[in-house]
Amino acid sequence: MSENNSFVRKEMISERIPPAADRGLVKWVRENLFSSAFNTIMTFISLWVIYSIIVAVTPWFLNGVWDAKTVRECYDLLDGKSGACFAVLKERFPQLIYGFKYPSSEYWRPNLATVLLIVALAPILFRRLPRQLLIFTAVYPFLAFWLIWGGSILTSVSAFLGCAIAVICYRRFSSRSFAIAVLISLIAANVWWIIGGYIVDLNASFLSLKVVASRDMGGFMLNLLLGTIAVCLSIPLGIALALGRQSGMPIIKWICVVFIEFIRGVPLITLLFVANVILAFFFPPDTSIDLILRVLIMMTFFNAAYIAEVVRGGLAALSKGQYEAADSIGLDYTQSMRFIILPQALKISIPGIVNVSVGMLKDTTLVSIISMFDLVGMIRGPILSSTDWNGVYWELFGAAAAIFFVVCFSISKYSQWLERQLETGKR
Amino acid sequence: MNTSELARRDQFQFSMLLNDKRYRSYTFQFFALFLLICAMAYLGKNLLENLAAAGLNISYSFLGEPAGYDINQRLIEYNSQSTHLRASIVGVLNTLLVAFLGCIAATFFGVTAGILRLSNNWIVAKLMMIYVEIFRNVPVLIWILIIHSVFLAFLPQPKAFRGENPEATMLWDAFAFTGRGFYIPKPVFNDGSFIVVVTFILSIIGVFAFRYYARQKLYSEGKLLETRWTSVGIFFIPTLIIFFALGSPIGLEYPELKGFNFKGGIHARGSLISLWFALSIYTGAFIAEVVRAGIQSVDKGQSEAAGALGMRPNFIMNLVILPQALRVIVPPLISFYLNITKNSSLALAVGYMDITGTLGGITLNQTGRAIEAVLLLMLFYLVISLSISAIMNVYNRSIMLKER
Repeated sequence: MSENNSFVRKEMISERIPPAADRGLVKWVRENLFSSAFNTIMTFISLWVIYSIIVAVTPWFLNGVWDAKTVRECYDLLDGKSGACFAVLKERFPQLIYGFKYPSSEYWRPNLATVLLIVALAPILFRRLPRQLLIFTAVYPFLAFWLIWGGSILTSVSAFLGCAIAVICYRRFSSRSFAIAVLISLIAANVWWIIGGYIVDLNASFLSLKVVASRDMGGFMLNLLLGTIAVCLSIPLGIALALGRQSGMPIIKWICVVFIEFIRGVPLITLLFVANVILAFFFPPDTSIDLILRVLIMMTFFNAAYIAEVVRGGLAALSKGQYEAADSIGLDYTQSMRFIILPQALKISIPGIVNVSVGMLKDTTLVSIISMFDLVGMIRGPILSSTDWNGVYWELFGAAAAIFFVVCFSISKYSQWLERQLETGKR
Repeated sequence: MNTSELARRDQFQFSMLLNDKRYRSYTFQFFALFLLICAMAYLGKNLLENLAAAGLNISYSFLGEPAGYDINQRLIEYNSQSTHLRASIVGVLNTLLVAFLGCIAATFFGVTAGILRLSNNWIVAKLMMIYVEIFRNVPVLIWILIIHSVFLAFLPQPKAFRGENPEATMLWDAFAFTGRGFYIPKPVFNDGSFIVVVTFILSIIGVFAFRYYARQKLYSEGKLLETRWTSVGIFFIPTLIIFFALGSPIGLEYPELKGFNFKGGIHARGSLISLWFALSIYTGAFIAEVVRAGIQSVDKGQSEAAGALGMRPNFIMNLVILPQALRVIVPPLISFYLNITKNSSLALAVGYMDITGTLGGITLNQTGRAIEAVLLLMLFYLVISLSISAIMNVYNRSIMLKER
């Protein structure tokens, strides 16, 4: 047989290219947009929706007036065309961000505090960063207090040293007993604060910044301030409440259950009413605690109750074997919680905690209802009711929505990223 | 170690209160209780002192006094001479009304968006994703204010409906959508309408009874009865027969333009409409995520297995996918309903008179009874939340995975 007579093909035929309708962009469009009659209709409806939004918004956006002193001037410039008065944002920008009472010469302070906040959060958010940065995170709350509220730096330094002493005492004695260590560190810190108080009073003008009262805070700064502080304080409180609710001691358990269910059962606005009109009745007669602090107390409670439920979910999701394993190697309650249970439970709870915290940040806008001038309060109060900018709803609320969207959306994207990072896989 | 030594160790000593795990919990609880009582006593003492200093007392007698303010959106009779208690009840009903309407609309928005987000149509899925992200990441208060101003700005005022060539027209001469609110026809009940209503309720019961009977028949004898058209028949036919036999006792009162405003019909104020719409579209975005997660949580193998058994697509959906997806969807769904109820307290921002606006707003400011009013307000919301969570717990228990 010669090779020539072979009737079996020796080499494969090269693959033919799929028909034009079945490859590349055309295939994608057919599969994703026009796969059936219903899909085609949906595609056209969506395109029409997008088209009409673009047609309505684009000229409004492009014709936007950025330079005007009042809304009438703005309408004169627009001359009957559809267009936005973005001038209000430019004109009232400091009010939107800092409120209308924060002294304008001091704007650098909240700005610096915000930048430093990002630096302080970075080592917590990204675990690759050097751990030494955490020292700055520990210092930050005191520094931020000094920057935002002003006064002598000694107040912050003294408060910080008190906390530092407490930590050192705790470290020193924690090998003996948890309860004794906590007690000693509390006493030491309080002794220091009493001594420190005298020192601060003697040197009240040392490195002093202009004092800004809490009631002068406003704008988006107030939202950020309330949100950040409430979230930071409520995470430890929430964890404590969750542990209390899980505990086997009936009295402690029921105190936690009643607290959590009560707070979760009422809307935040009623708690803000409490802060506004009732809470003052519960403080000693001649003290006056300012509104922002009362609001912070209620917001912390509110957020803590929700975080407690999230953490409880995390604790319940751990298998019973983890608790038993911790017991069987002879760890006591604090140790087993610190080293075995909480690291795992908190890892599961992170997405929930972030969700709750984003909700808290959004809910800080509710303070506008008890006439505090946060971002929404500024818009509804001083800006919209002024004769200069009466009726400029869209631009202002649009800007407020955009600010919140950027902040909240980035936080939730971060949380999704973190969730992927922490995934250790099931073994 | 002999037995006497062991016995001695088991004897109670005071140091055991701190060192022995069996007794330590009593110490802790005692201290917790003690601290709690101290805190309560301290707060109570401050409260009494402050009240005495301000010359106030705790009394609910203000509820019986005439309120002296008007409420424009109300479900029951009310005028400015009515008591504060009645004003609060009007507020409660308004809260429940907007919460009920909001739950229905939010479910509609949420389920639609959640299903469409899983659509294999790329553009629809992306649009729904944008809707969900935009609405979830902006505070609900801002949405309420934005949507309120949208309604005020874009809907025509009643005067636009007047004249030879009106700028706006009513839909089917029955519905008017104006910036002041929506006007819709109102049912008028004449003599004999009672019988029609009773018949209608009886036929609803009849539908359920028939379906129950059909299922029993299927399980016991394996006979599949036709249920769909029979149910529709039971639902409509008796009511319609009675309705026309009695000479149409239930009629409709249409809103009409009289002067500068509409008269007659049901008037839903703009504040109610915008609050309702804002709450439902905001919560709808959250529900959409829950629905999507619920549907995705059902393993693909489940529908394939059902298909392998030879089930038809609608049976697969009804009997295999939905029951499993609902287990994931329903608990968060109910907590979102609770959220709507609680968020409806933001009605204050648009001037809708719910319980927070009446009892916690005007009544509180007029009488100065802050503690009493806010306590009542919290009590109302607590009762609603706790009863809903109780129902939810029962439901959760009933659908819990029966593990064997």
